[in-house]
Amino acid sequence: MTTMPLPQRVWEAVCPLSDLLPERGACALIGGEQVAVFRTHDGSLYAIGNRDPFSGAYILSRGIVGTRNGEPTVASPMHKQVFSLTSGVCLDDPGTVIPTFPIRVTMGMVEVSVK
Amino acid sequence: MTRVLIVGNGPSAHRLAETLTTRGFTGSVTILGEEPRGAYDRVALTTHLTEGRDLMYPEIPGVTTFVDTKVVSIEPAAKTVNGTIPYDVLVLATGSAPFVPPVPGRDLDGCHVYRTIDDLDAIRASAKTATAGVVVGGGLLGLEAADALRGLGLQTHIVEMSPWLMPRQVDEGGGAVLKRHVEALGLTVHTGSGVTRIEGDDRVTGLLTPDKGVIDAQVVVFSAGIRPRDELARGAGLQVGERGGIVVDDGMRTSDPSILAIGECALHNGQIYGLVAPCMTMAEVAADRIMGGSAAFTGADLSTKLKLLGVEVAQFGAMAGALDVTYLDPVAGVYKKLFVSDDASTLLGGICVGDAAPYATLRSFVGSELPAAPSDLLFSPVAVELPGDAPVCSCNNVTKNDVTAAIKEHNLTDVAGVKACTRAGTTCGSCVPLLKKILTESGVDTGTGLCEHFTHSRAELFTIVQVRGITTFTQLIDEHGTGRGCDICKPVVASILASLHNGHVLEGEQAALQDTNDHFLANLQKNGTYSIVPRIPGGEITPEKLIVIGEVARDFGLYTKITGGQRIDLFGARVEELPRIWQRLVDAGFESGHAYGKALRTVKSCVGSTWCRYGVQDSVTLAIDLELRYRGLRSPHKLKSAVSGCARECAEARSKDFGIIATEKGWNLYVGGNGGFTPRHADLLVQDVDTPTLIRTIDRFLMFYIRTADRLQRTSAWLENLEGGLDRLREIVMDDALGICADLDAQMAAHVATYADEWRATLDDPVKLRRFVSFVNAPGTPDPSITFTTERDQIKPEILQVTSR
Ligand SMILES: Cc1cc2nc3c(=O)[nH]c(=O)nc-3n(C[C@H](O)[C@H](O)[C@H](O)COP(=O)(O)OP(=O)(O)OC[C@H]3O[C@@H](n4cnc5c(N)ncnc54)[C@H](O)[C@@H]3O)c2cc1C
Ligand code: SF4
Repeated sequence: MTTMPLPQRVWEAVCPLSDLLPERGACALIGGEQVAVFRTHDGSLYAIGNRDPFSGAYILSRGIVGTRNGEPTVASPMHKQVFSLTSGVCLDDPGTVIPTFPIRVTMGMVEVSVK
Repeated sequence: MTRVLIVGNGPSAHRLAETLTTRGFTGSVTILGEEPRGAYDRVALTTHLTEGRDLMYPEIPGVTTFVDTKVVSIEPAAKTVNGTIPYDVLVLATGSAPFVPPVPGRDLDGCHVYRTIDDLDAIRASAKTATAGVVVGGGLLGLEAADALRGLGLQTHIVEMSPWLMPRQVDEGGGAVLKRHVEALGLTVHTGSGVTRIEGDDRVTGLLTPDKGVIDAQVVVFSAGIRPRDELARGAGLQVGERGGIVVDDGMRTSDPSILAIGECALHNGQIYGLVAPCMTMAEVAADRIMGGSAAFTGADLSTKLKLLGVEVAQFGAMAGALDVTYLDPVAGVYKKLFVSDDASTLLGGICVGDAAPYATLRSFVGSELPAAPSDLLFSPVAVELPGDAPVCSCNNVTKNDVTAAIKEHNLTDVAGVKACTRAGTTCGSCVPLLKKILTESGVDTGTGLCEHFTHSRAELFTIVQVRGITTFTQLIDEHGTGRGCDICKPVVASILASLHNGHVLEGEQAALQDTNDHFLANLQKNGTYSIVPRIPGGEITPEKLIVIGEVARDFGLYTKITGGQRIDLFGARVEELPRIWQRLVDAGFESGHAYGKALRTVKSCVGSTWCRYGVQDSVTLAIDLELRYRGLRSPHKLKSAVSGCARECAEARSKDFGIIATEKGWNLYVGGNGGFTPRHADLLVQDVDTPTLIRTIDRFLMFYIRTADRLQRTSAWLENLEGGLDRLREIVMDDALGICADLDAQMAAHVATYADEWRATLDDPVKLRRFVSFVNAPGTPDPSITFTTERDQIKPEILQVTSR
């Protein structure tokens, strides 16, 4: 009997945690993928795709971070559609979903996994 | 037999003698007073003038009173005064004297103080040959004196050193409201003004101020504070306070155990009491001590509620606290503020101007738990639910029941609907807040709120931030909102904070509030690149600077276009290029053009009288001056302006938020114009004014707009919605109908004084520069998604794939 190897997550270091301003995003380039990372007021971290599906521009990391009914969000700086940071769902158009990625802090470094 | 000798015959002395007598004191009581009459009610002094009322206290049987007798010395060792009059217990009740600032001319005929019946008789005599009077000092007594002058038929002015009236009782917000009330009575108020000199040879002819010129007046009343009369005590070697007052203990004893002091001359626990109630308590304590008791004076509540010039003013408890809650209605002239402990549970004190109704209840809660949420106690116009038959609109005779019924029957959702159905609120408008409240009570969301995080309008938030001195978004949302904000409220708050404090928009927490444009100090374009607009004031530029712009555009490969506002826009810069581009522009002397901000954009100009055959004024110089004055001014929306050198109007000034057209005599100022989506010609606000008047008027117009406009409301829509329209605006900025012009002027002065170029400050700050990268983990890498083609020899963004909609 052969055993399948367990799929292994790959974590990619992005920047020191202290480089992330609270409630402001930053963009990381990970294996050709643009990932927007955010640190919210309570210290939580989120990673979503940087591409705004409505304009096609890679800009979500530059949106305003806030909350909608308690859910952490970012608003596209192009035409202001609001996305959930936890699920990637566009709260103004729930049919549109953008990717989200696991994110963690290891020894002060923010790490994101895209695969 | 104990001989009690009292010096001074004011209310305190009188109360002491009276208490001794009624309690059956067996010794002798003698009073020596310098005034030519017996004791009288000083608190009611003004009624001597206005109603000719008899203020004399009844004589006290058994007490020997000497009038017109001044005590000039005390000999403590011999226990005598004036060298001959003996005592066993001496009580100093010498009160206080008005402080007269040492200005030249203060002794001229026509100069007075306001303390005694004789003072008032003298004022009345002077007023007979006068038409105008000035009161120096805008405190409680100053206002009372001013009202008396007005009652004597004089055109009355008040000059007050502090920036607002009654600085001891109310804070700045309350002072502004008070000022408006006072001015509505026809008095002229000069706050923030000192006195240079009293003019006149023998008789006063006027009063010279440092910066408001001469105020013509034939009567001057000094009411610039009081000083305890401690001169006798000093002469006798008794201990006095550093800033005056005879030091006493809880038993009213001075440093000589045989000498007591009571009333306004006494300094107890570092405090002088300028109100009559504590003076009375001191007199009673002294009486008890003289009779062998052990009563103690332990301080007094300085709460006051009074009606001055028809305005209710109340102050109770502390005048500061960890937190405070403010309600301001500048239109109705009501200002209320509560100070509470840092956990918002305990009431510490408060201030009411214009409506002291909550005073009675709230005062009794000082030091204890709040009976309701602070905002309910002050913010809502009615603290308790109105009964159904209560009249809501008295102009049109509409009750609360009428309103509720109409809401139900017609499914009304807003005040406009209620007005249309019931006529309530259509006449004087003062019941509109009540209508809103009834709508809310009926389960209708009246939502003037900005967004889900704030129930306030932008103008309300502005007032809260200003009055409370809030400097961070976190503080504002923690105390007045919910959640963590959004793309609607955050930029609004950022703009308010910038208008009020003018700090760098990328400083600290401010950075997280900004729209991407403000965050990168550039304008986001459709492919994620940014455009750059250096400021070119008035559209005037030297060839050297023009060449620098050309070189920068060429070296960075930017698409270049002349804008409608007479400047040059450079497109297609990536985030990481912005600092390098701006370094070159700043080195060449350029500044941020704020094309990215809700702020002043440009002041366009025509070439004006310098070159043009028709020009009547120098429109270019004015445009440059205005652009430099208002650059960086954050506002509810962008601001545009233009100056034309004559009526031919080549600069298209009337399509601007504020446009200026030169006339033979000066300048015409037009406001509220707009191009864009809903074009509107600007309205003429003032005509033929000189340059300083023009600038002052624009200052006020802009600051008033910034204070009161809604989010993203251009001046055109704002002006159309302003109650009373253009005429009201003119009253506010020209005639100071709201009493806020000094504030507006000060705010603009602060803006001008603290302006700094955002781009230069950013380049000087490595922390702010750090965010100008496409990728945090690869700072040198450009964004691969940004690509261009060419068109007419310049770059053009490639079309991006978008989700089909
Ligand atoms: C116009 C006005 C309005 C006021 N309104 C209010 C109010 O609404 N509410 C309130 O609480 N308070 C008010 N006050 C304050 C109140 O009048 C005083 O707190 C009170 O009069 C203090 O009493 P007193 O006896 O300590 O001093 P005073 O009233 O000043 O009496 C001291 C007396 O001593 C005499 N004297 C001084 N030195 C000598 C000397 N060496 N020899 C002989 N005689 C001497 C003085 O001539 C004077 O008659 C008002 C005061 C004024 C002037
Ligand atoms: S507005 Fe008058 S001054 Fe200005 S350019 Fe036109 S004609 Fe000349």
